[in-house]
Amino acid sequence: MTTEIQVTPKSVVRQEPGVTIRERRLGSITGYSGTPDELVKISLAGQLVERERSFTQAGTCSSFCATLQLSLIQDAVVINHAPAGCSGDFPMFNLYNRYGQGKRKLDQTSARLITTNLNEHDTIFGATGKLLEAIHKAYSTYHPRAIFVTASCTSGIIGEDLESTLDEAEEELGIPIASVSCEGFRSQVWATGWDAAYSAILRKIVRPAKIRRPESINIITFIGEDYFSELLRPLGLVPDLIVPFTKIEQLETVSEAGATAQMCSTLGTYFAAGLEKQYGVPEIKSPPPYGLTGTDMWLRELAHITGKDDIVEQFIAAERNAIEPELEKLKKRFAGVKAFVAAGPSHGHSSMEILQDLGMELVGSCMFHHDAKLDHGDPAGDTLRAATTGSGRMTYSVCNKQSFELVNLLRRLKPDLVIVRHPSLAVSVAKLGIPACFVDDEHLGLGYRGLIRYGKKIADWFRNPAIERNLSRHSALPYTRWWLEQQPFSMLGGEV
Amino acid sequence: MSTTVEQPRQFCTLGGQQSVVAIERAIPIVHGGPGCSNKLFSGMAFFNGFQGSGYAGGNAVPGTNSCEKEIVFGGETRLREVIDGALKVMDGDLFVVLTGCTADLVGDDTATVVSEYRERGVPIVHASTGGFKGNNYRGHELVAEAIIDQYLQPAPKVIPNLVNVWSVLPYQDTFWAGNLQAIRQLLEGLGLQVNILFGHDSGGIEAWKKIPAAAFNIVLSPWTGVSIAEKLEQRFGTPYLHYPVLPIGAVETSRFLRSAGEFAHLQSTQVERYIEKQEAYFYHYLDRSADFFMEMRWDLPAQFINISDSFYSLGISRFLVNELGLKPGRQFITDNPPEIFLDGLVNQFATLADKVSAKVTFTHDGGEIAKTLRSEVFDQPPLVIGTSWDRDLAKQIGGYHLSIALPITDRLVLDRAYVGYAGGLRLVEDIYGAVLGTY
Amino acid sequence: MALVNLANSNIQTREQRLGSIIAYEGTAADLGQRSREGRLHDRTRSFTQVSSCASDCSICLLSLIQDAAVVNHAPLGCAADFSMFNLTNRYGQFKRGITPANAHLVSSNLTETDTIFGGIAKLEQAVRDARERFNPKAIFVTASCASAITGEDIDAASDALEIELGIPVVAVHCEGFRSKVWTTGFDVAYHAILRKIVKPPQTKHPEIVNIITFWGDDVFTELFSRLGLVANLIVPFANIERISRLSESGATVQMCSTLGTYLAAGLESLYGVPEVKAPPPYGLAGTDAWLRALGRVTHKETEVEELIASEHEAIAPELAELRKELKDLTGYVAAGSVHGHSLASVLRELGLNVAGSCFWHHDPKFDNQDPAADSLQHVVKTYGDFPVSICNKQSYEVVNQLRRFKPDVFIVRHPGMAVWGGKLGIPTFLVEDEHFGLAYRGLLRFGHKIADAVNNPSFYQHLAKHTRLPYTDWWLRQGSTAFLGAEE
Repeated sequence: MTTEIQVTPKSVVRQEPGVTIRERRLGSITGYSGTPDELVKISLAGQLVERERSFTQAGTCSSFCATLQLSLIQDAVVINHAPAGCSGDFPMFNLYNRYGQGKRKLDQTSARLITTNLNEHDTIFGATGKLLEAIHKAYSTYHPRAIFVTASCTSGIIGEDLESTLDEAEEELGIPIASVSCEGFRSQVWATGWDAAYSAILRKIVRPAKIRRPESINIITFIGEDYFSELLRPLGLVPDLIVPFTKIEQLETVSEAGATAQMCSTLGTYFAAGLEKQYGVPEIKSPPPYGLTGTDMWLRELAHITGKDDIVEQFIAAERNAIEPELEKLKKRFAGVKAFVAAGPSHGHSSMEILQDLGMELVGSCMFHHDAKLDHGDPAGDTLRAATTGSGRMTYSVCNKQSFELVNLLRRLKPDLVIVRHPSLAVSVAKLGIPACFVDDEHLGLGYRGLIRYGKKIADWFRNPAIERNLSRHSALPYTRWWLEQQPFSMLGGEV
Repeated sequence: MSTTVEQPRQFCTLGGQQSVVAIERAIPIVHGGPGCSNKLFSGMAFFNGFQGSGYAGGNAVPGTNSCEKEIVFGGETRLREVIDGALKVMDGDLFVVLTGCTADLVGDDTATVVSEYRERGVPIVHASTGGFKGNNYRGHELVAEAIIDQYLQPAPKVIPNLVNVWSVLPYQDTFWAGNLQAIRQLLEGLGLQVNILFGHDSGGIEAWKKIPAAAFNIVLSPWTGVSIAEKLEQRFGTPYLHYPVLPIGAVETSRFLRSAGEFAHLQSTQVERYIEKQEAYFYHYLDRSADFFMEMRWDLPAQFINISDSFYSLGISRFLVNELGLKPGRQFITDNPPEIFLDGLVNQFATLADKVSAKVTFTHDGGEIAKTLRSEVFDQPPLVIGTSWDRDLAKQIGGYHLSIALPITDRLVLDRAYVGYAGGLRLVEDIYGAVLGTY
Repeated sequence: MALVNLANSNIQTREQRLGSIIAYEGTAADLGQRSREGRLHDRTRSFTQVSSCASDCSICLLSLIQDAAVVNHAPLGCAADFSMFNLTNRYGQFKRGITPANAHLVSSNLTETDTIFGGIAKLEQAVRDARERFNPKAIFVTASCASAITGEDIDAASDALEIELGIPVVAVHCEGFRSKVWTTGFDVAYHAILRKIVKPPQTKHPEIVNIITFWGDDVFTELFSRLGLVANLIVPFANIERISRLSESGATVQMCSTLGTYLAAGLESLYGVPEVKAPPPYGLAGTDAWLRALGRVTHKETEVEELIASEHEAIAPELAELRKELKDLTGYVAAGSVHGHSLASVLRELGLNVAGSCFWHHDPKFDNQDPAADSLQHVVKTYGDFPVSICNKQSYEVVNQLRRFKPDVFIVRHPGMAVWGGKLGIPTFLVEDEHFGLAYRGLLRFGHKIADAVNNPSFYQHLAKHTRLPYTDWWLRQGSTAFLGAEE
């Protein structure tokens, strides 16, 4: 069902390039230790302050986040204006691309990723010429519908004037060419990269709505499978998963949707709020639909926004009923199991809800950063609070993947099981002999049925964690005995 | 269950021909129809990892190519002609006459013909391997038993740390050459002297002559070879250790080595020292790739299905469960084990690990296997470890596939081994290589 | 006597029907003359190495009919070549853009008990299983040594099953021991097809030409389209429906009379489909003659002349280059009968000398009894005489011949034989695709292949240095006929 709306010049909002980093925009931090209750309280009160670590291990940067999202747009090209080292993650993006194409039965093709390969000479004399050449080459080889140019530490520091170069090329070639301000050094919170990518999309790709498609719901996702249809189609709604595996044309018309939802508020906060502010697409502010309560609330808000209040209760009841027997089995299976979650916020919080619904006890959690608020500003969207209503006093810390800290903490807490959601951390956990579950498909645990899917997957692994068992007997962790005897947060300094 | 066989994974007793070819400088002589030897070379060797003629296999095998005349009037004269010619033309140290269906059905007295040569001092034996008598696992045993019965003599004394190994089948196991090398190296690592009997540098007839002098025999196999060891025990009093699981990877290989060390009355410190070194090597590599196992699981298979003989079905199941923590689906065993071994095998699968067991189906009919799997429901893509016959089936059930058992026509196999510590690493590489190759 | 007796499920072997032999040493001219004069007698070998059997040929051919199924009534060992047939099938499907699928093959799996108490029940089970699993349009039941010796009545069983299942169920008497010439297997398979699959013509399609082929690439469709003819490649990769209408075609040609002799003659004898009698289309003269004969039968003489002229012109420069490059080289050819003659023609056309040859058997005549089709005669007349030996893949003889003639290149066609050239350090290749050297462009393809092989013989040289032949010094000093007895 569609409705016509008037197009007015005021609907076309052109933003300035760039995006404010999370630290300043959302008060985000990467250093904290305490409890969920306390963290929620001080965040709400606007009193959240960063704590810095003296010793740190390698983190991740915005460039990774931004490029991953953009490289999966099927008919765009991403040009990384950077030295070749920054393209170290290109093979990974390519693999994700092909893997996802395979799953969606699209033709498997290589991701369109180009690097301008900045060298010493460029850092002295500038490289906008190289950039222009790369843009032209990208255009003639791939005929993309858009080009995204991602900045790098190098391009940022030497002060490359991306905007005028891109404006010039855009005029000449007649396709949107957007800069993405994701220089790594700008932010300690790599999620800023998503904001940078979405900002480019909002600025250059999304068009004012010509019609409305109220049954279409934008869902801001990573690369997982479409389990959203399970929740939406019974309500007469259609999920439109964005941004990975979309085409530019699809992104142009996200302004026409009936609402925007997210599978992770940390991921989509900027985009969802932007769509509401600029294009009037209502944002679902409830935490994403994981866990029983979470899914109930989310569905109710979605139904309210889309005028489906009359059928949603029936649906909720039916689904809860349907999963009841298997859920009971799983709860029995997991009774008394102590769990720990190490993940990004929001999605990490969603995992916490799932584990608790499955009957596990959370002994602690470590998230990779914390946003004091979200772009929509509504405290109802606080995913941490929602996930820890009954468990607000557990050990809770924030660290940007500092495995030395995590290992130390886990040795003390001794959980039976750890959910890990970031490359390279699961191994550290496994070497402690603790079953470490990396659930790669972020949508697996979504909704009611997802609870069962997730539970079964964990149960399989948990029953026979042979790798962890053998690794812990034969592998050594690279930490001194001295460190392992310290308190886990002893490198976390005072408030900054 | 139907008796029909679609997509054969084993053949007939005359397949023992390939076991002869595997003994250095031994020459098979086939007294049968014109096509038998070639068919078996095709099915067991060439279209199975593209193993070739080697020294005197393939088209070099002497044979009577029995025709109508031999059927009607008997083939003993032809056999004598061919043996006479072989002794002049073929440069070999041992000749093994094998009969095909024709000779055994028409009742040629091959045994007498061959014994006449033997009495003149020719190193020649015969085995009655008419194809209808059984499968080539049995054929392998028949060949060994023939050599033992007709050619070997008791040893003047026992060589204290010499051990004969009866394990995977030459050619039938596509990776036999590498596997036997690996087994030899492992046991030598414990300080034993190993008579591996088949394959490159295995010593040919001189090695076989030493069999009666061994301190003991090791049957490293679920069932094939037990009858050989029993015969050796009867004839020469040699005791034997039967270890029924093909050892792949550290957990199983270490367990096997301890078992062998104990049977051989070796110093346990010596054994443990060797094991420790090997395990450090193995786990170093698993450790180095642990990131992959922990994190890149996509829908990397959580569940595996074996479609192979009892060597691999059991060996791989134990490996994947105890080393990688994967979940066993249904396991198919295709080598038709004799009735007395079935319960033992079922039990092995029931106790793969604490809390982990698998259902087993004994069949070698590809059609039945396909029907069974197509009717199962998989919530995640399964890993199908089987043969080249099973590639389409794996695709149909939405799973991944790796060929490790006869017939393998989608890989070239040289000296790759899956047995042992390094072998386990190879298997891991090949499994995940197959999965990643679909991306 | 009529060639084809549809009332009989069996036919005579090659040796009975055509006087075929498997042992000879001499020259092509001598062999041809004896054949024509009816003076060709076989010789026996006392020492032999293993060979191939009719079962192999029958099953392979029939298993490539895409919507048929083959039930091998035999112990499981006879099914050991199923994998090979499967790979051939899948590879051919892939080349022809058909979705690869496993071949429709089952074994009734006869065991010792069955040899005593009979295995018909198992056969019936297997045929029914084949029907259920593959839903074929026809089922072929192939015999084996075991089934034949124990007297299994596969004819009666097949007839009864045909009534039960409502599709042709055809017995194929290809038990290995019946014939010393394995190509009898092709004849028996074609007889089964003529007997139960091919139907009398409903109408005639003069523009359709049957081409009896192996399983190589399709080089015919394009060529024939230039003559306004439609190439109907049979039997591999065809289907039952198409085969049933073979009788409606305008002509039958062959690319190897060893393969198709019985079928071509049979179609003419039964249904008046004229057989084009000519040498096989290899080498310039052979191809010209073949095309001209086809032109006469199909009334496309003008088109043929145009085609011949334009192809000659098109390949001339490259052929000249190749001839220069390959000048003075010698080759040894080892292949099945007529295809071997064809390969000899190709070598001679490219300017190589045929140092020696070995053909796996010799048919003194074909079922059409027509001298125009005498392929060996054609080679001798066009290119001159050359040494010929006949043996059914006796590699000990071939090895001695190769050592004696020391050819620059060894061209071979049959699995398992190529390795022996390699082990002697001779650049070798197996002609896997029988159509590879066919007609005009095939000459060029073949020439390049030879050039590649001789220009970089490092693989063969290293192999020869590190390998051991399984032959005694005594044997290696003999000629190749030490075990050939007197003529029968």
